[in-house]
Amino acid sequence: MSTTTPSRGARAASGTADYLDQRTGIGTAVKGFARKIFPDHWSFLLGEIALYSFIVLLISGVFLTMFFVPSMGETHYEGPWAAMQGVEMSQAFASTLRLSFEVRGGLLMRQIHHWAALLFMASIVTHMMRVFFTGAFRKPREVNWLVGFVLLVLGLAAGFSGYSLPDDVLSGNGLRITDGVVKAIPIIGSYMSFFLFGGEFPGTDIIPRLFTVHILLVPGLILALIGLHLLFVVLHKHTQYPGPGRTDKNVVGYPLFPVYTAKAGGFFFVVFGVIALMAATMTINPVWNYGPYDPSPVSAGAQPDWYMLFLEGALRLMPGQTEYVIGGYTLSLNVLIPAMVVPGILFTAIAAYPFIEAAVTKDKREHHVLDRPRNAPFRTAFGVAFLTAFVVLALAGSNDLIATQFRMSINDITWAFRVLLFVGPAFAFWVTKRICLSLQRKDRELVLHGHETGRIVRFAHGEYIEVHKPLDEYEQWLLVSYDSPRPLEIEPAEDSRGVRRKGYRKDRLKQRVSRIFFEDRVEPVTPAELAAAHSHGEHDTIAPAPEHDQITSEVGSGPASETDTETRNR
Amino acid sequence: MSTQQNPGHGDEVVAHEGSAPATHFENPGLPPHRPRQADVNPAAAKRAERQIVILFAISIIGTIGTVVAWSLVPPGDTPSSMRLSNFLIGFGLFLSLMGIGTAAVHWAKTLMNDHEKVEMRHPQRSSDETRAGAVEVLKEGAADSGIGRRGVLKGAAVTSLALFPLAIAVPLIGDVGGSWDVSKLKHTIWRKGVKLTTDPAGRPIKAADVTIGSVFHVIPENLEEVDAHERLNEKAKAVVLLVRLDPKDLKEAEDRKGWSYDGIVAYSKICTHVGCPVALYEQQTHHLLCPCHQSTFDVADGAKVVFGPAKRPLPQLPIEVDDEGYLVAQSDFHEPVGPSFWERLK
Repeated sequence: MSTTTPSRGARAASGTADYLDQRTGIGTAVKGFARKIFPDHWSFLLGEIALYSFIVLLISGVFLTMFFVPSMGETHYEGPWAAMQGVEMSQAFASTLRLSFEVRGGLLMRQIHHWAALLFMASIVTHMMRVFFTGAFRKPREVNWLVGFVLLVLGLAAGFSGYSLPDDVLSGNGLRITDGVVKAIPIIGSYMSFFLFGGEFPGTDIIPRLFTVHILLVPGLILALIGLHLLFVVLHKHTQYPGPGRTDKNVVGYPLFPVYTAKAGGFFFVVFGVIALMAATMTINPVWNYGPYDPSPVSAGAQPDWYMLFLEGALRLMPGQTEYVIGGYTLSLNVLIPAMVVPGILFTAIAAYPFIEAAVTKDKREHHVLDRPRNAPFRTAFGVAFLTAFVVLALAGSNDLIATQFRMSINDITWAFRVLLFVGPAFAFWVTKRICLSLQRKDRELVLHGHETGRIVRFAHGEYIEVHKPLDEYEQWLLVSYDSPRPLEIEPAEDSRGVRRKGYRKDRLKQRVSRIFFEDRVEPVTPAELAAAHSHGEHDTIAPAPEHDQITSEVGSGPASETDTETRNR
Repeated sequence: MSTQQNPGHGDEVVAHEGSAPATHFENPGLPPHRPRQADVNPAAAKRAERQIVILFAISIIGTIGTVVAWSLVPPGDTPSSMRLSNFLIGFGLFLSLMGIGTAAVHWAKTLMNDHEKVEMRHPQRSSDETRAGAVEVLKEGAADSGIGRRGVLKGAAVTSLALFPLAIAVPLIGDVGGSWDVSKLKHTIWRKGVKLTTDPAGRPIKAADVTIGSVFHVIPENLEEVDAHERLNEKAKAVVLLVRLDPKDLKEAEDRKGWSYDGIVAYSKICTHVGCPVALYEQQTHHLLCPCHQSTFDVADGAKVVFGPAKRPLPQLPIEVDDEGYLVAQSDFHEPVGPSFWERLK
C-alpha cells in the first residue's frame, strides 16, 4: 500500500484503462501516438479545414436526411411559404421547403451543409496548392498525393450530386446540361443518358439515384480514403518547412497530446463556428425563390457552385463550329472538348505531376523538408500557370455576370477569355518564374551582405559606407539550405573517333526536358562565397561592384561572379 | 543594437570553418527557445487563464442561447420571422462552438509547454532482411497452394472470379435505363392539328393575338393528356418559342416557305448545344440568347447560330392556322430537338 491513496476518479480511469488494454492492447497505441510530434505551420491547417468541414457535412447531412424526401412524386405545396402555395412540385422540392421553413433550425442546417460543402472544396484545392508549391508530393508521398487527388474528384461528385437533390429549377437545368454533355459521347451517348435518368430526361429516377450516390456511395468512399490519407500521414510523419534544426531525418514540432489535441481539436470548433456564422447570416441557394424544376423556364445569371464554374466556362468558350457529321453520325466536339477533354487534361496533369517531376529529376531520395516555392522556379511557375487557366475558365463561367455588371458585350468578353485561356497561363508562367529567380537572388544578396541598417559610417580617409548587419546563422540557414539541380549533362553525339553514339537522340530529349525544368537557376550561397564576400569587405577601396543580374544567364557556371559584388556606397 | 558590426571590420559569420571553406553550410540546429510572457510572468499566465475561462463561458452562454432561441423563436410564416429564427439559432451555435475553439487554441498557445521536440524519422523502405522474409513467406504460401503446378485450377479460379460480377451487372444494366428505347429522343408529341397553347396556363393562341415583336412560351395542347410521370419528359422536348416578326424581316429557306404564318414562326426552345431552354429574346436584333452558355440564334434567319458554342439552328415547328383562327402544328419537328447525339440523323 502506498502512502497516498489514489482518488476515486483516478482509480476508475486506471480500471477502465486496464480493462481496455487487456482486451485490445491499446497501451501500445497510446504510448506510440500520444506524444507523436507534428510540425507547426499555418498552411498545414488547410488540410485540417477540409477534414473538419467534412465532419460538419456529415453532422448537418444526417440532420437533413431526417426530413428530406428523395422522391420525384408529384405533390401540391401547402405550407407557410406563400409564393409556392398550391404549386405542383416534386416531393423532394416540397420537403426541402418544409425543411427550410417548418423544421426549427432546418434552414440553418441546410445553409450549414451548403456552406460547408463550398468550404470543403475550397480547402481541398488550397491544401493541394500548398502540397504542390512546397513539393510535399515528392517521395515518399506520391501515393498519398494520388489519394488526395481521388478525394478531390469525389468531393466534386459529392457536391454535384447534392446540389441537384432539392429538384429546383436551377439544379434541374444543371442536370439538363449534364444530360446534354452525356448525350454528346460518341456511340453510347443516348444510352448513357438513359442509364443515368432511367429513361428519358428528366424521368422520375434521378433524384432517388443521386440521393443514394450522395449519402452513401460517395461519402463512404470519402471516409475510407480520408482514413487512408491520414494513415499515410502517420506512416510518413508530417513534412516540415525548412529551418534551423530541421532535416530530412527528423521532425521538429509539438506533441499530439496535449498541444495538438487542444489546437486541432479547438480548430474543429473554430471551423464549425465560422460555418455556423455564415449559415446564420448569409443566405445560400434560396430554392424557395427559384421554384420547382420545370423544363421550360430558366433564369439568366445562374451560376453553378464555384468548383463547377471551370467546366461551365469551358462550355461557354468553345466555338460551336466544331460539331461534325461523319457518315451520318454526329460528333459534337463543341461539347466533348470542353466537357471531357479539357477537364481530362487538367485532372491528368494534377494526378501525374509528381511522377513527371520525379522522372525528370531522377531524384530517388526521401524528402521531408519542404521546398520554399521560390527555390523550385519551374514547379512554382507551372502551378501558377495551371491556376491561371483554371481561373480564366471559372471567370468565363461567369461571363454573363461580368457583362451585366460592367456593361460590356458578352461576345467581346467571350472572345477575350478565348484568347486569355492560352495567353494567360504562358504569361503567368514567365512572370512567376522571373519572380522566383529574383527572390532567390535577393536571398543570396541578403546572405552575402546582410541586412541594411541605414547607418552610414564615415572613415578617417573620407570613405562612406552603409553598415550591413550580417545574418545570424539561423536566418542564414533558411536561405542557403536548398538544392538547385543542374540540367542533365549528356555525352556528345559522336565519340572521339567520330562514330555516332547509340541512344543519343533519347538522351538529347531527356536533356531538353531537364533544361525546361532547370535551365534558369540560382545556386545557394556557399561558405566559400560568403567568406569571399566578407574579405572584400575590408575597407580599402575596391572597384565598383558589377551589377547583380547576370546570374541566371550563366547556366551551370555557378555564381562565382556574384561573389565579388559588394553593395556599398562609395 | 549594440551587437551590430561594421562589415568592414567584422568577424566571420561562419566562424567554425577551417582554412578551406566547405561547399555547404552546416545546419546550426534548433534556435534557442524564446519564452512567452506567460512563461516568465505569473501575472500574464493568470491573465491568460482568465481569458480562457471567459471563452469557455461564452460557449456555455451560446449553447443556452441556442436552446432558448429554438424554443421561443419559431420560424413562423413570414420571411422576416424565418430569417430571425435562423439568425438566432445560428448565432447561438456560433458562440457555442467558437467559444470552445478559441479557448482551446488560446490555452495551447499561451499556457501549454511550447518547447519544440525532435523525433527521428526512419526510411519508409523495409530492411533487406524483412524484404527477403516477405518474399520467403509468399513463396511458401504459393508452394502450399500448389498453384504453380495446377494450371487448370488456376485458369478455372481466375475465370469464375472474372465472370461472377456479370451475375450482378446484367440484371442491373438491363433495367437501369428503363426501356432503353433511345429512339424516343427523336420524337415529340407535336402532331398535325395540335394547338399551340401558352405555358403554363395551356390557353390556345389565336394568330390575331400575336402582335409583331411579341413572344409566346408555348406547350402543345395534348401535353395535358400525357401520363403524369411522363409529362415532364414530353414537356422537356416539346417546349416551343413563338415569335411574330415583320414578314419583310423574315428570311425563309425555300423548303420552309409554308412553315410560318404571316410572320409568325415557332422554334424549339431547347438549345441545340446542351439543352437549356433558350429563353431570352431580343426584339431589336431578333436574336434568341441561351442564358446558360450564350449561344445566340437569329430568329429572322432560320434560328441560325450567330455566336456561341451551339452549331445547329433551333429546329423549326411548322405551323398553320385552323378554321377558328388558332395556331396549330402542321406536324412534329422534322429533326430531333435538343442537344446532339451520335445517331440523331440516322
